[in-house]
Formats: sequence, C-alpha cells, structure tokens
Amino acid sequence: MSEYIKVPTMAEMAAAGEMPEVLFWVGCSGSFDDRAKKITKAIVKILHAADVKFAVLGTEESCTGDPAKRAGNEFLFQMQAMMNIQVLDGYGIKNLITGCPHCFNTIKNEYPGLGGNYKIQHHSQFIQGLINEGKLTIQGGGVFKGKRITFHDPCYLGRGNNVYDAPRSLIEKLDAELVEMKRCKSKGLCCGAGGAQMWKEAEPGNKEVNVERTEEALGVKPNIIATGCPFCNTMMTDGVKNFNKEDETQVMDVAELIAQANDL
Amino acid sequence: MGISNIIFIVILIALAGLFAFQVSKIRRNILLGKDVDRSDRKGERFAMMARVALGQSKMVVRPLAGIMHIFIYVGFVIINLEVLEIIIDGIFGTHRIFAFLGGFYDILIGSFEILAILVLLACVVFLVRRNIGRIKRLHAREMTSWPKNDANLILIIEILLMTAFLSMNGADYVLQQKGAEHYVQAGAYPVSSLLLPVFGDLSISTLIGIERGAWWFHIIGILLFLNYLPISKHFHILLAFPNVYYAKLIPKGEFTNLSNVTDEVNLMMDPEADPYAAPPEPEEGAVPEKFGAKDVQDLHWKNLMDAYSCTECGRCTSVCPANITGKLLSPRKIMMDTRDRLAEVGKNIDQHGKDHNDGKSLLYDYITPEELWACTTCNACVDACPVNIDPLEIIVDLRRYMLMEDAKSPTEWNSMNTNIENNGAPWAFPATDRLKWAEEN
Repeated sequence: MSEYIKVPTMAEMAAAGEMPEVLFWVGCSGSFDDRAKKITKAIVKILHAADVKFAVLGTEESCTGDPAKRAGNEFLFQMQAMMNIQVLDGYGIKNLITGCPHCFNTIKNEYPGLGGNYKIQHHSQFIQGLINEGKLTIQGGGVFKGKRITFHDPCYLGRGNNVYDAPRSLIEKLDAELVEMKRCKSKGLCCGAGGAQMWKEAEPGNKEVNVERTEEALGVKPNIIATGCPFCNTMMTDGVKNFNKEDETQVMDVAELIAQANDL
Repeated sequence: MGISNIIFIVILIALAGLFAFQVSKIRRNILLGKDVDRSDRKGERFAMMARVALGQSKMVVRPLAGIMHIFIYVGFVIINLEVLEIIIDGIFGTHRIFAFLGGFYDILIGSFEILAILVLLACVVFLVRRNIGRIKRLHAREMTSWPKNDANLILIIEILLMTAFLSMNGADYVLQQKGAEHYVQAGAYPVSSLLLPVFGDLSISTLIGIERGAWWFHIIGILLFLNYLPISKHFHILLAFPNVYYAKLIPKGEFTNLSNVTDEVNLMMDPEADPYAAPPEPEEGAVPEKFGAKDVQDLHWKNLMDAYSCTECGRCTSVCPANITGKLLSPRKIMMDTRDRLAEVGKNIDQHGKDHNDGKSLLYDYITPEELWACTTCNACVDACPVNIDPLEIIVDLRRYMLMEDAKSPTEWNSMNTNIENNGAPWAFPATDRLKWAEEN
C-alpha cells in the first residue's frame, strides 16, 4: 500500500491536449485531513484499477463554498462558486466525481443557478457504475466475509439528494452482513458536522451529536461503521474513540472497503 | 319558516362572515412575504398533495398516532356531509331533509355514527397520551401555556361536538321509535341506539328537548370552532392541503442562491466594471433589499404559509440532532415564533397602519442566535413534517442576515470564512499544499 500513486492533474492533461473521462473533485477534507486523504487515495486506486482516465485540479481546486453558504455567508459561497466555475469551464469539464457529499450537493444543485452545469456523481455511484459496466470486479469472500457492517447515511447524500442504494450496493458486494441502524436512510441521524458545525464548538447541550449517533451505530454491534463522507468519518471515528471501541469497530469509507476488498 | 329558522340564519351568516374575515387577515399576512415561484410542475404537486395531505402518508410513519389521526381526519371530512343536512334543515325548518335517500341514508348515518365514536375515542386517547403519557416532544419548553391549552381545548371541543352529535341521534332514534310527530323514520343508528337504556324511559317532550338542544349545540359548536381555527394551531386542517401542494420540489440539499448577492458578485468579478461608478439611482419608493431575513416580511410567502400550517406536533423537533442532544434549537419553535411574530405584525398593521415599526423582529426578539447556530442543516425536520413544512429555509435565511448584515457569527466561523477567502479551504492550509496527499505514502 505504500507505493507512489500516480495522480494526473488537469493542467498536465490539458497541456498534453488530452481530456479526462472524469474530473475527480477531491474537496478540502480529502486534500488536507490526514484521515480523509486515505479515502482520497482509495478512490484514486479504484480509478486506476478500473482504467478510468481521470484528473484532479490539484492546486487549482478551491473550496466549493458549502460551509460558507450553510453558515450564512452567501457572498463568500458565490465568490467561490464563480471562481470554481471559471476554472472548470476553462478546461471544458463536464463530468465530475467527488468523495465528499457536500461538494457533490453544492456542485450538483447550487452551481447550475450560477452558470455551472456539470454531471457530478458521488464516488459510491461512480464505483457502482464501474461494477455494473464490468470495469471493476469485486472479489467477494475476502477480508470482509461475514463481517457486520452498518452504513451511516451522510445527510447531503441521503436526505439531501436521495442517494441511499449506491453505497449499500457496494457493501453488499463484499459478502458482508449489512446491518441497519433504526435511524437509517431518510430517517438517518446527522453525525453533527453539517451546516458548518465541523468548524465550531457545539452550542451548550447535554451530549455531542456524534456521540449520540455513534452510540446508536455501536448498538447494532458492527465490525465496521461505513460511511461516504469525510466529515461523517471524522465524527464517527471520534465517537468510537469516545466509547473506547477502536479495537472492535473501525470507521471506513465505502471506497476504502472496495479498495481493501480488492487488495488495491 | 319560524323564528328559530331566522335565528339560525342570522347566526350562520354572522359566524360564516366572521370566519371569512379572519381567513382574509391570515391570507393578507401570508402575502406580506416575498414572492417565490411555486407555479411549476403542477402534476407532481397534485400527486404529492394526494399522497401526503389527502393520503396522510407521512402521518403513519408513527403508526399509533397516525391511525388515530386518520380516524379524526376521515371523521372530520365525512361528518361534514351531515353538517350540510343540518344547515339545510336549520334554514328551512325541515327535519332530516336527506331522509328520502332511504337505504343510502341509513348507510350514511350509520357510517357517520361509527366515525363519530372513533373520533371520540381517538380524542380521549390523545388527551390521555398528551397529558399523562411521557412523550418528550409534547412536553418541550415551547409547549407550555397557550400551545398546551390550545391542544387540549381542540380535543375537548371535538369530544363535546361528537357527544352532542351522538346524543342528537340517540334522542332522535327513540323519538322515531315512539312515533313522535315530525320525526321521520330514517337513518341507522348503530352507536347512538346504545343510548336506548338512558333515553328509553324519557317523555317525548324531554326527548325533543335533548334532541333540539344537542342539534343547536352541535351546529353552533361547529360554527364557533370554525372561528377558533384561525387563532389556533388547528388551522392546519385547512392549510395542510395548499401547504403540501406548494412545498419545495427540488432536492432537499439544494439551498437557494440569493439573486441580490449574485448581482454584487457579478459586479465584483467583472473586469469591465468601473470601480468608481456611482450605483444606479434606486427606483422611487424602492426599499433596499436585505441579505437574508431579519423579520417575517423578509421571508417568502411559503415560509409564512408553513408557519400557519404548523400544528405543533413536534415530529421535527423529535428528530432534530441539535434538540436530541439538549441544544436550544427546536424547529417547531422556529415555526411557532414565525407565526406569532407574523400575527403580531398583522395586528400592528390593523392598529397602526402599514408602515408602523414596533422596533421588534423575528430574529433576536423571538429567535436567538444560539438556536440558529446549533442547526446542522441535516434536513431531518423537513423530512419528518407530515405537511411538508420547511423550517430549515427560515433558519438559513436568518443566519444569512446575522452574518452578512450584522457581521454576527461564532468566532470559529470567522476564521473558517477567512481561511476560505484566503486559501480556498476552511482550514488554514496553504492552497499550494492541496496536492501534497498524492506525494505522501
């Protein structure tokens, strides 16, 4: 797992006169957060394994503006959006994938009104597509055989955009046992990070949201809490630590599950 | 036509007129909101209304309350057919004018009676559940004083109305048995005939007294209850339908882009724009547009219709991650505050004219920053609402005003925003390091 992985940038590709099949929008968390970088790498490995011609924007990528918008800073959001749209349109990009449901939601739903029209997929949808098209085969019966896996729905993937099946279909490919929490799919409970809560202390209360959610997840006795959002990942990982259950329960992104199942 | 018919007609016109007047005030208040276009996708909207409002699809997510509510809802709708007969009888001095329907009339009256007893039982269960049960959402901090009394009053009034309806039928049934004058043999009485042991031995004049008394109590009760709706959370029985129809159809994750901000941003990004140009003269009488919402008039009319449609069931609050973990935020309170403030603004207009400023606003006087900042924008409240109310739009619009007009936000958010502005990420990492992950092992 320690070999150097090749990540083509859009600038290089454009200089060579090439166009990628998809642009991988990494997002801030996937670029800077140490835990989330592992998810980013898992996605890249899957893209390589399926021979997908992709590129990243690298240093030309900038925050989509999602946290600014949710916090109420519409100015900053629109400034970010306009700049990103200029970059994307400058390269003539039409197809994107991302590992972050917040970037996904913003680019899919809020950029069109500002002139940015793209087809964007969450990585779970894209990977599901690769499997359906036969470009990627999952080796069942491997490391995850018989493991109990519960899926925590990210709000901006699930309720926000009605994507519930794609991440679950990936888990089902692993010969694992998918166990649902009581609050799942459209009734899923937030991890506590959305709406720019990630960047501030919670208001006074009697419990942290991530503790409430992790408690519920641990209640179904999972070996793995799977999710599809780097922020949910952070919150659930902290929650598991709060209960001192790191040895029994891991928090993993669906991309990491697939990469690991295929020994990528 | 006798004196009692004239009295009936006068009461009917007066109370129907008063109701129309009250509704016109609510309509005016809702239209104080800004415009938003919800005239698109009519087919989908009708389908959604049929499913969610007519079909109660979101109510039955919680089966006990859902089924009880369906009893009351179907009872309310169907028993109103009986009210039509009562009104015709009241105007023309007839008695059971629809009796000529024969066997069909028996079926109608029989089913009204069964529904009436189901409504009555459901209301009793709800009263017990609400006052003795330990359902957290029914005992939240916003559910004291008027909201609590309002809820109980509605249930008690419905119990009284159903009791009057069944007493009226029970007495009528016995009068029919005894062959009393004017009491035509009509209708089936599967429930009220059970009152025979109580009513059977009474004299005809006493029975007529009970029947007439219950008749008047029932119909005047309904007309008064109708006029209670506009000052009560119970107004939801009318607004539920349009409220679902006009609900947001785009993905829940999608928030509106403020167009007045887009204008400013376009100007800033336009290399041709003259930075020293004077802003265009504002049109005569134009009010400068705010960024975000401070008061109810800054919200759009659908937000305001939402507020009048809320029946304070608290399903939103019971699924709110902030509320569950003890924070001050309660999406139900956001809706109740919006309605209370709007009613206050309406009263101000009535008493002091359109331009009166009472120095108060929805933000700060009703809803505090602490409540608003606790929201994770997860949309659980929006999903849970049985009539598709959207508290989140209001929360975000108030946050926008705080941040953009009042520069009020948690200090950590100031850093976050500064980081996004300076280095394109909410954390203080240099933009040049964005691809470093690719080089790390």
